[in-house]
Amino acid sequence: MTDSKYFTTTKKGEIFELKAELNSDKKEKKKEAVKKVIASMTVGKDVSALFPDVVNCMQTDNLELKKLVYLYLMNYAKSQPDMAIMAVNTFVKDCEDPNPLIRALAVRTMGCIRVDKITEYLCEPLRKCLKDEDPYVRKTAAVCVAKLHDINAQLVEDQGFLDTLKDLISDSNPMVVANAVAALSEIAESHPNSNLLDLNPQSINKLLTALNECTEWGQIFILDCLANYTPRDDRESQSICERVTPRLSHANSAVVLSAVKVLMKFMEMLPKDLDYYGTLLKKLAPPLVTLLSAEPELQYVALRNINLIVQKRPEILKHEMKVFFVKYNDPIYVKLEKLDIMIRLASQANIAQVLAELKEYATEVDVDFVRKAVRAIGRCAIKVEQSAERCVSTLLDLIQTKVNYVVQEAIVVIKDIFRKYPNKYESVIATLCENLDSLDEPEARAAMIWIVGEYAERIDNADELLESFLEGFHDESTQVQLQLLTAIVKLFLKKPTETQELVQQVLSLATQDSDNPDLRDRGYIYWRLLSTDPVAAKEVVLAEKPLISEETDLIEPTLLEELICHIGTLASVYHKPPSAFVEGSRGVMHKRLPARTGSGEGTESPDMGNTAGGSAPEAATSIIPSQGDLLGDLLNLDMAPQTTTGPTPPTSGMQMGGMDLLGGVLDSLLGGDIGGSPAMGVGFGAAPAVMPASLSAPVGGGLGDLFDLGGGVGMPMGAYIPPKTVWLQAMKAKGLEISGTFARRAGVIQMELVLTNKAMSIMTDFAIQFNRNSFGLAPAGPLQVLTPLGPNQTIEVSLPLSTVGPVMKMDPLNNLQVAVKNNIDVFYFSCQYPISMLFVEDGKMERQVFLATWKDIPSDNESQFQIQDCHLNSEAASNKLQGSNIFTIAKRTVEGQDMLYMSIKLSNGIWVLAELKVQAGNPNYTISLKCRAPEVSQCVFQCYEAVLKN
Amino acid sequence: MIHSLFLVNSSGDIFLEKHWKSVVSRSVCDYFFEAQERASEPENVPPVIPTPHHYLISVLRHRIYFVAVIQSEVPPLFVIEFLHRVVDTFQDYFGVCTEAAIKDNVVVVYELLEEMLDNGFPLATESNILKELIKPPTILRTVVNTITGSTNVGEQLPTGQLSVVPWRRTGVKYTNNEAYFDVVEEIDAIIDKSGSTITAEIQGVIDACVKLTGMPDLTLSFMNPRLLDDVSFHPCVRFKRWEAERILSFIPPDGNFRLLSYHVSSQNLVAIPVYVKHNITFREGSSQGHFELTLGPKQTMGKGVEAVLVSSQLPRGVLNTNLNPTQGTYTFDPVTKLLSWDVGKINPQKLPSLKGSMSLQAGATKPDENPTINIQFKIQQSALSGLKVNRLDMYGEKYKPFKGIKYMTKAGKFQVRT
Repeated sequence: MTDSKYFTTTKKGEIFELKAELNSDKKEKKKEAVKKVIASMTVGKDVSALFPDVVNCMQTDNLELKKLVYLYLMNYAKSQPDMAIMAVNTFVKDCEDPNPLIRALAVRTMGCIRVDKITEYLCEPLRKCLKDEDPYVRKTAAVCVAKLHDINAQLVEDQGFLDTLKDLISDSNPMVVANAVAALSEIAESHPNSNLLDLNPQSINKLLTALNECTEWGQIFILDCLANYTPRDDRESQSICERVTPRLSHANSAVVLSAVKVLMKFMEMLPKDLDYYGTLLKKLAPPLVTLLSAEPELQYVALRNINLIVQKRPEILKHEMKVFFVKYNDPIYVKLEKLDIMIRLASQANIAQVLAELKEYATEVDVDFVRKAVRAIGRCAIKVEQSAERCVSTLLDLIQTKVNYVVQEAIVVIKDIFRKYPNKYESVIATLCENLDSLDEPEARAAMIWIVGEYAERIDNADELLESFLEGFHDESTQVQLQLLTAIVKLFLKKPTETQELVQQVLSLATQDSDNPDLRDRGYIYWRLLSTDPVAAKEVVLAEKPLISEETDLIEPTLLEELICHIGTLASVYHKPPSAFVEGSRGVMHKRLPARTGSGEGTESPDMGNTAGGSAPEAATSIIPSQGDLLGDLLNLDMAPQTTTGPTPPTSGMQMGGMDLLGGVLDSLLGGDIGGSPAMGVGFGAAPAVMPASLSAPVGGGLGDLFDLGGGVGMPMGAYIPPKTVWLQAMKAKGLEISGTFARRAGVIQMELVLTNKAMSIMTDFAIQFNRNSFGLAPAGPLQVLTPLGPNQTIEVSLPLSTVGPVMKMDPLNNLQVAVKNNIDVFYFSCQYPISMLFVEDGKMERQVFLATWKDIPSDNESQFQIQDCHLNSEAASNKLQGSNIFTIAKRTVEGQDMLYMSIKLSNGIWVLAELKVQAGNPNYTISLKCRAPEVSQCVFQCYEAVLKN
Repeated sequence: MIHSLFLVNSSGDIFLEKHWKSVVSRSVCDYFFEAQERASEPENVPPVIPTPHHYLISVLRHRIYFVAVIQSEVPPLFVIEFLHRVVDTFQDYFGVCTEAAIKDNVVVVYELLEEMLDNGFPLATESNILKELIKPPTILRTVVNTITGSTNVGEQLPTGQLSVVPWRRTGVKYTNNEAYFDVVEEIDAIIDKSGSTITAEIQGVIDACVKLTGMPDLTLSFMNPRLLDDVSFHPCVRFKRWEAERILSFIPPDGNFRLLSYHVSSQNLVAIPVYVKHNITFREGSSQGHFELTLGPKQTMGKGVEAVLVSSQLPRGVLNTNLNPTQGTYTFDPVTKLLSWDVGKINPQKLPSLKGSMSLQAGATKPDENPTINIQFKIQQSALSGLKVNRLDMYGEKYKPFKGIKYMTKAGKFQVRT
């Protein structure tokens, strides 16, 4: 006799029949009827019509029946709110029952009934249950607060339940503590700024004690909560780590991964030379390896997280390469992840082994996996130079198999190898050309065309090869078209005599017959370049390309840091910041690793670190073909004037260079040498023109003492604003003159523009766009010029800027290339902004952190400057600097010399530490700047000078 | 936290749904079905699937997908671990975890799910506690319940729920007191063409079946505890004692449980118990392939290798095989191209072999992938790593229990490339 009998009912009047049974006098029959109802519910049948009859069964001594009725209630109360009120009395009565099981059951079920009217009645019983003598009831009540908060947050706050919940963190029973933490964490998720989980050393201690004694699930909640805490110093950090490490041996993998998260985060604070640091590193490897022997689903999540961990701390798993070797019957999602990690761990020491494995994988059955394996071989070649030769020969072996998709992948990666090791492996080109006809995927075709164009001088029949592609030009994808255009121009520059016709043909195809703006514009640029100055064209198109970096798919460091703080979460599985995708978590706080090293810094960031020395535009395009529209950035203005703002996500890696050069070319193409207009090069540091009144710092010495040195952030002093300079001269811009400056007001960066119409006609339809720049500045809104600008009219506009735009290193660092469009034309100019407007308001570092960071930054990164002729005393200087978000952290007086220690944080998270020496009576200051990205030092110094002298 | 759970069978029907918060329409599973369709094999469905408003986290066990729906940021491992725990509980309660068993016990299943999770927070997942709350169905109890009208829901608060040993119920009584431990090791290995070991590691577990009266306190010590440097313990094990003395000290749960699992990594030398000699070749232009396979014992510590099963996925071009085993039986499925050979015991004097030819599609090119050979085997009475229990002592109770330790080695993912 099984429950399946509950599913077999007569077709006719099923509900009616149940209704009769529910109202039966016999207890047993009633129970059977309720079971039938529940059974229908489990398969998604609607049995809500029976609501009153089921609720009538609620008053019973039979616990099973009671539970079943409760189950029903939870499912259907929402659809029958008025009826649900009928149940309230029983709930309230049950909350007073002598049996704790029943009390808990009642409060638990009540919380699940998501009906507003009921919640009012819930408050009193809940309050009692939170203080119940039985811990089982208390722990159930704790969760009930979270449920109630989900239904009616205001009510929970008004009733003071949050405080009661906080008190439960100090409960004597570990299970109650764990549930209180879980409930608070869930509530905190929807209240990012409420300081609900107020963690301090005392509460941390309580949590750590409870951690040892509560259930596995409780441990997860507590560990996740601990991960939000920032220890005061390395000693506290170490003691927490010591108490968390035993969790690494837990059988529940979620506990293990949460413990790993806490350790990875707190480790950040430990000095690297500490013995314990090394011990901890060693302890982390075995549990991570063990996760890989679990079920495949667990493995997958573990692997996604290990992928983050090996990027942050490769040393942990560097000896464990073998556990990532793929077994042929692993699910595909595990295989692909393992492959990714294998490449990250590849080094000179293990490359032979890795290559042998990859070659093995390349003969497997699964197409996706094989493709990725082939790609991996290419990445190994780029990563480990010593192995490049072996990788190339392995790839050639694979090309010989003639398996279509293997050949195509191989060609794509060989192109990258050529980029990395120019003039080394060109002997294989002949083999590649043999396979020209079998290529049918755009990426492979584009790669092949790039190779032909790049090495046109060594391929005798390059023109024939390219010509053969040209026949079906319009059927090709954009990627291939762009590549073909560039390749033929290269070919022409190398062999001008034979290929004139070909280049004419491709240029006309690109410019006249194509409706793709990218293609058309690139075509025009080449055309004009070739027709005006072939020598310059050669310099541009055939310029030496920057080397490609080792790993193009590394996660950007700030994101990586955030993800490390989110190990074990969905964010870590998707490698996206939590704010980016989880619904309902309104404004998640961005978590950062604690700063031992002032770590938010972008030194390793590929877009900062790689200096592009004179690069050609097509170089970048061919490496990341998906970004085929570098040019588009500036030029698409004429396509879509108003949609200029959408912050494009910063793409990782390689898009450096390119634009610099192109910008220059463009300018000269457009007939002006705006690029280096002397007027704005020296933007600040210039004469003390009109200064906003707010800038007048309290120069009087004594006053300064009243202010807490660097204390109040909101001091009524404005930031330094350089005077306006002319950026675009009217004669170069068909009558439009633009002058302006940059300011930071209440934390918002603003570009203040003065537009003057010196032409005879009316100007309308203004729009603005920036080129990629060092700090990702981008307009945060459209340019607000609402009325047409008549002749001789002037309008002042201020444009708020964001710092989330695409990033590319500029030279000088604070250079900004701007395009402004109006109804007449598009104009380009470049200007420099004072880096001080990127100094953020929370740039004040803790003293200890400052000290540690100062020590941690190598002295190579220190630069010294002199500020001449400055007549401020140290207090006045400090106050003045604070107005521009340069915070004085400490002051020391040594032999009549004042040493001021200051910290600055840039909008992209880079910290700059400064030491300013002021000697009484000496107008010359000495300043030392230390930063992980030493490039910014020069700009920062200029700011100091500008701020102090104005 | 966990919002809802859907159980989906292999033909893609939802046969059970449970909601712990508001009801989520089952149409959310359409995203799962899409992913299922895309996957070539049932086990290739990705475990985490994003949908516009929810995330679906699923595990596949016993050919049933357990699909959890979550709405906010929840650690996926937490969800996956919980789902596995649900499966284990079902298996524990009903003996098997199949669609039929779940449908037969749908009310108990529902009660269990309700007891295991409250508002998405785990409530009671220990089998000892659950069994006190909801009695497992037995034929006798069902009959008795129907006659007397009593219920299979416990009326009292489970004793273990809040004690410091939540995994053990109080008032346990047995007439025969016994404690048995199984040391089971699985070897995972990849052997390359030439027979050398690419990677080999051992996953070991100690499973226990403890039926002891009262509150016994056990200690278990090893001859060679140094082998255990990467271990995961059942919560009952006192970690400090292990750290200090390398002794397992614990108050055991009642019944069957996994005391610890351990991992002997590839960096230690792992003995490989069997070897394979193989010669699988295809010739260009010929419609015949040659197949030859011989198995032999290698480092078996003097114990016999039994229950040997060889399987291999042959290339798609293979139409059929004509092979002769010296012992056991072999089958080849021409549709899935799966070859499997049930060898049985390996006799070191007369090595088992499988020889013959494969017929290929006429005119097709020679297959370029090489089949991997998967081997399963068992070795009784020995743990491959050499782990040995020294002694088991009991404190806290006066009677003398029966004690027993068994060792076994099995092949896990043991693969030979050709």
